[in-house]
Amino acid sequence: MEAVTAWGPAILFYLFAAIAVVAALAVITLRNPMYGAIALLTCFLAVAVLFFLRHAEFLGVVQIFVYGGGIMVLFLFVIMLVNLHRLHESRIFAAHGPMAFVIALLLMGLLVLVVAPLRFPEPDPSPAGFVAADGALAGNAEAVAWQLYRGYLLPFEIVSLFLLVAMIGAVVLGRRD
Amino acid sequence: MSEITTTHYLVLSAILFTIGVAGVVTRRNMITVLMSIELVLNSVNLNFIAFSYQLSDLGGQIFAIFTIAVAAGEAAIGLGILVAMFRLHQSVELDRATELSG
Amino acid sequence: MKSWLWMVPVLPLVGALANGVLLRNRLGRKAVAALACGLVGLACLLSFAAIGSYMASPEYAAHEPYEQVLYDWIPSGLLGIEGGAFRDFTVQMGFQLDPLSAVMLFVVTFVGFWIHVYSVGYMDRELGFQRYFTYLNLFMGAMLLLVLGNNYLVMFVGWEGVGLCSYLLIGFYYDQEFPPYAGRKAFITNRVGDFGFVMGLFALVAHFGTLDYSEIFHAIEENPALVQAPYLLGLSVAGFIGLALFIGATGKSAQIPLHVWLPDAMAGPTPVSALIHAATMVTAGVYMVARSNAVYQLTSVSELVAIVGALTAIFAATIAIAQDDIKKVLAYSTVSQLGYMFLAAGVGAYGVAVFHLMTHAFFKALLFLGSGSVIHAMGGEQDMRRMGGLKEHMPWTYRTFLIGTIAIAGIPPLAGFFSKDGILAAAFADHKTLWAVGLVTAGLTACYMFRLLYMTFHGEFRGGSEQHHHLHESPAVMTVPLVVLAVGAVTSGWVGLPPLGEVDVHWLDHFLSPVIAHVGDRGEHHASVALELALMAISVLVAVAGILVARALWGKDRGLAAEDALAARFAGLRRLLANKYWVDELYDATIIRGTWSSARGLFAFDSRFIDGVLVNGSRHLTVAISLLSGFFDKYFVDGLVNLTGLTMRLGSRSFRSLQTGAVSQYGLVMALGVVILLGFYLAMRLGGWGL
Repeated sequence: MEAVTAWGPAILFYLFAAIAVVAALAVITLRNPMYGAIALLTCFLAVAVLFFLRHAEFLGVVQIFVYGGGIMVLFLFVIMLVNLHRLHESRIFAAHGPMAFVIALLLMGLLVLVVAPLRFPEPDPSPAGFVAADGALAGNAEAVAWQLYRGYLLPFEIVSLFLLVAMIGAVVLGRRD
Repeated sequence: MSEITTTHYLVLSAILFTIGVAGVVTRRNMITVLMSIELVLNSVNLNFIAFSYQLSDLGGQIFAIFTIAVAAGEAAIGLGILVAMFRLHQSVELDRATELSG
Repeated sequence: MKSWLWMVPVLPLVGALANGVLLRNRLGRKAVAALACGLVGLACLLSFAAIGSYMASPEYAAHEPYEQVLYDWIPSGLLGIEGGAFRDFTVQMGFQLDPLSAVMLFVVTFVGFWIHVYSVGYMDRELGFQRYFTYLNLFMGAMLLLVLGNNYLVMFVGWEGVGLCSYLLIGFYYDQEFPPYAGRKAFITNRVGDFGFVMGLFALVAHFGTLDYSEIFHAIEENPALVQAPYLLGLSVAGFIGLALFIGATGKSAQIPLHVWLPDAMAGPTPVSALIHAATMVTAGVYMVARSNAVYQLTSVSELVAIVGALTAIFAATIAIAQDDIKKVLAYSTVSQLGYMFLAAGVGAYGVAVFHLMTHAFFKALLFLGSGSVIHAMGGEQDMRRMGGLKEHMPWTYRTFLIGTIAIAGIPPLAGFFSKDGILAAAFADHKTLWAVGLVTAGLTACYMFRLLYMTFHGEFRGGSEQHHHLHESPAVMTVPLVVLAVGAVTSGWVGLPPLGEVDVHWLDHFLSPVIAHVGDRGEHHASVALELALMAISVLVAVAGILVARALWGKDRGLAAEDALAARFAGLRRLLANKYWVDELYDATIIRGTWSSARGLFAFDSRFIDGVLVNGSRHLTVAISLLSGFFDKYFVDGLVNLTGLTMRLGSRSFRSLQTGAVSQYGLVMALGVVILLGFYLAMRLGGWGL
């Protein structure tokens, strides 16, 4: 049992991290955008799990709903709309592909180099703030809501406005005239 | 290694981020490019969550929510553009979009 | 009165300005004549008034000159002189009236005025009437500047001015070939002398730091040793200055070796010969020597002056006797008489020299004007061989001419006797050889002058019948000046009666004594009465002998018979004398030709080397350089410009590839940018630099 408790999170992390990375690679390498969309979905789901591991339960669920259920669906719709699953480009990578990969690798190297040496103090494994609302223990969702509708009300409203504008914009852009 | 620290999350986030950027820069299919953009945003979310846990501050999660919302909006717009471009060029290859050339 | 002194030179200059510039070609002959003669006449009256006023003034009583300074002409500041001192060298435009300049003033204005009057008649039918009087007035102004100046530089201005006018007036008939040549000859010969004069001026400035007469002569009087120190060319200071100035005098006053211009100057109108080449300009040299007596008394250069004077006197007299042109005879006579003046100055008898200057002015001017009258009547003929018997046709001319001839021969009681006797007495006291030369010359003078008289006025007329027809006495405007001058020729000697023992009635000598500096050891010559009388008798005898010889040969209506007989017998001698010892030819062969050929050589040098090699060479060089420069510009400079353009083009080509419009490429570049920034950050972090 200690082994599970000790190694459980680590195994989960490594497993789903690997899934995410592989899926991401799949997204950028698969020729058929449909397959790419599926791979992206996989990646999102894996990342959602990783959210759960960090006590961001509400956000993990939102990720699944919005990203997976909303955005990916949208993607798939558009793919099917333009018959992209049947249209394939002649080459998948642009002319400067090799150079780009080199730069990307460089970037990755640099970022990892910057980040990997970082050491942080032991975080609180079960932060009270993540599950408390109005002083009482509740759950992550309530906690988030408590923060969201009080401290971050203005950004919330702005984002909702933004979504409205995006919606209208999408309608406008998609019009056939 | 049994202990998953914030650093692990940061490294993962960097890797995913880079993969997304590579995809944006490299792929000729516009859909794939948009999807790569989603990858990038997603990796940023991962970063936020990691730090939120590290600092015991819910603010990171809140911000991630907003990021997701904006990503959604942006995906919608992007796809709208794609549809318009498809109608213009009858193709979604990025190479065709040379209106900015010169 | 004497404060109007400055007007004396200015009035004739105004006349020259009026006739020459302002009212040119606007006046009739009468107006021109009235203006010119009137202004000179006015100057003459002013001179008398000024002289009278001066003689009544305290300056005269103190034996000091009256100086009138108009303004500082050349204020030139500190000047270092020989001996290390410093002087403030300033040349003023100033005039000086003292006994010497008074005498000169009198002579110049008085004789000048009458010659102006005479010219009205003589130039009556000539072209260029106004031009003539312009030049004549200009001459008067310059001559008056010369004699009235209170310093050597104003004198020099006048000196050059009269030289110029001499040139202008000799070459008056410029449409003929000879007069301009004669004018040039006069001017250039003068200039040669002027070189010496200028050297003298420089030496004066170097030693005294001033050119003012009073300052220089007072300095010499106070310290004669100053100018006796050795200087240049083996001469003392005084010697150098004296010699240099005398060279100038040689040129101006036609002494050997610069006498050659005076006979040829006869090409000008006869009144010009009378005024400039007899009475005034040529005497400037004598005036200058007399003025500088303080210098000459202290050097043995004086002896040279006397020798040159005496030699010139006899040399010219021998030539005069063989000349057939009436004016040439008078010209050589002038040269000879000037020699007398320098002889006197050279032996220290400055007063006597000036005395002879004055008397000579009267009778020589008279003789010239008389000859002019003859030439005028003969319609321009000047050859005496074609004259003769004119005394019947021109009685006034003859009478006055006779008086002039007797005067120049030195027969008492006319003027020439007293001045010439004074010279011979002074020469005898100092230099017996020169006295002998002077005596012989006196005999020759009497002889050739009476030859002239006899050939011209006596005997039969030998000219053409046309000329015979036109023989007439000259109009009053010409004869009146003759009479006036004749009176002068008679009386002017009486101011210089010789001292007989203790009886000293030589008024002129006394009058001039303040001007003679008291330096050196010039003791008063008090010859005994007997010696004086003996010398006088000898000179009169010699003169009379000369006259008798002339009478025997040419008088008594002999005509040319004796002339031709002598010429045949002494053909060689005659040729030598008639050709003036071939001095002109000698000069021509050596100096003139030498100058011409060196001028030609220099010209060839100038055109071949300077122009050819240097100028053309530099032209070629410049062209070559400019070609090179052009190449450089074209290929290098333009090439650089083109290179810049090329670089731009190439560079832009590579940059243009950025503007593809390919979005993914833009993204790539952005990613690249991020990589670079991150790299920077990392490098700084790792390098330990603060961020």
